[in-house]
Amino acid sequence: MSGIIAFLTAPEFIAYATLVGVVFMALQISAAVMVYAERKVSAFMQQRNGPNRVGPRGLLQPIADIVKLFFKEELRPKAADAFLFSLAPIISVTTAFLAFAPVPFGAPTTFFGLLDEPMALMIADVNVAVLVIFAVASMGVYGIVLAGWASNSKYSLLGGLRSSAQMISYELAYGMSLATVVMMADTMSLREIVGQQSGYWLGVIPKWYIFPQFLGFFVFACAGIAETNRAPFDFPEAEQELVAGYHTEYSSMRFAMFFMAEYINMVTVSAVAVNLFLGGWHGPFIPPGYGWIWFLIKLAFLLFCYLWLRWTLPRFRYDQLMSFGWKVLLPLATVNLLLTAAGILYVNGL
Amino acid sequence: MASDALLFYAFAAAAVIGALLVVTQRNPVYSVLALIASFFGLSGLYVLLEAPFVAVIQIIIYAGAIMVLFLFVVMLLNVPREDAAEWDRSHPLYRPGAVRAVAVLAILMALQLGWALSRTPGMSTGVAEDRAAASSVADLGVKLFSGAGANGPGYMFAFEVTSILIIIAMVGAVVIARKRED
Repeated sequence: MSGIIAFLTAPEFIAYATLVGVVFMALQISAAVMVYAERKVSAFMQQRNGPNRVGPRGLLQPIADIVKLFFKEELRPKAADAFLFSLAPIISVTTAFLAFAPVPFGAPTTFFGLLDEPMALMIADVNVAVLVIFAVASMGVYGIVLAGWASNSKYSLLGGLRSSAQMISYELAYGMSLATVVMMADTMSLREIVGQQSGYWLGVIPKWYIFPQFLGFFVFACAGIAETNRAPFDFPEAEQELVAGYHTEYSSMRFAMFFMAEYINMVTVSAVAVNLFLGGWHGPFIPPGYGWIWFLIKLAFLLFCYLWLRWTLPRFRYDQLMSFGWKVLLPLATVNLLLTAAGILYVNGL
Repeated sequence: MASDALLFYAFAAAAVIGALLVVTQRNPVYSVLALIASFFGLSGLYVLLEAPFVAVIQIIIYAGAIMVLFLFVVMLLNVPREDAAEWDRSHPLYRPGAVRAVAVLAILMALQLGWALSRTPGMSTGVAEDRAAASSVADLGVKLFSGAGANGPGYMFAFEVTSILIIIAMVGAVVIARKRED
């Protein structure tokens, strides 16, 4: 018994539990912040004001949204499959949270000397982190597909089918763009991949993989947007064609879970992109101990690009989506993979 | 050690119960989900064998890609649930002779399984010497792409033959699915 108490009161355990709690809360809050940012950015791009009634500059709008969603009635169509209808949003939101676990977001720290050993700022230091993120992302589609099927409505079913077709088409390119970075870094641990991006080429250019791998970054960005079902790849919920797609029949907190999953997935894909291509927490001017500030700045920039794209580009046509995925992105990713392999062989010698 | 055994039984139970549910569910969508659960159990067993790479690949390939395709096909064709149907007594498999033959076969297989298990000298994982190779992605790659030699049997031949087989299957699928233009 005393062993358990000693374990639970050890500073390492408390620090780790705090870290898990902070990341969990931060992801939830990031969804709320993203909702506000989305509405403000879209308003700015359409020369409107956006939310400005609840709180100063509408800052409390997300809270009002959350309260509204909490108190709305939970509806379930009579013909729906009760078990899967409840399970689908849970799968979506669980995989969204899970995918962030192996993502590092700062240099190892002792929390201002509170710990004896520096602790890595990540939940789970897996040595195959890149693959774990890929695997969890491929699980996330089940939430959408099952929601589409369990709702027993044709719009939902079409959304679910589109989602799985889109997933199959873009997963290959996504995986190959990950593979190029893994080949360059010679490791699958995100922590080590970030570690290799410190320093500068020629004293000015930061050693970020986006510079040698801009093709890889382009493929990753396209496939990442497609994987998170965001415009211009938002086919599973295309409003003009499918009412609301896979979540047509959902209301209240179940709908909120899908909504939260979408925004958390955006955060995760952006965080992975920051780690793989933009040097993670490395950057000039800020001391390494505060690297998480750089991480947040880069993350915020990528998330803004997400919104920027959504409110700038119209949705593709469905056949364009398929031909872009199979005939442009996949060959591009393959060529990039082969070029990178050849380049690494040339630099390192046979 | 005790927690390892506990985890082993938990994952093994997930794998076996999932596999049983696949064949006992009436609704094909639930069968697919049970198969995914079974794959997760297997993946957990791989983690216990200290092969995280194989565990994650199991999730990506089987639980991720292949089962999404299964689910897609089941949903697209809208496969109906199999409700308790009338036994089709005229089917050859329901003749008394066929039923007896199957029963004898099942008893024989159960006896063989019992005999094989009784001769197994205790539970040993037998992976200790290959653990390092399985846990490191680089070592796994070297092992996969080396021919037979000093480092034991190479897997390159089997790997290349499998890849040719897969390409033939892909080309075959495209040829069969292509629309005839006449």
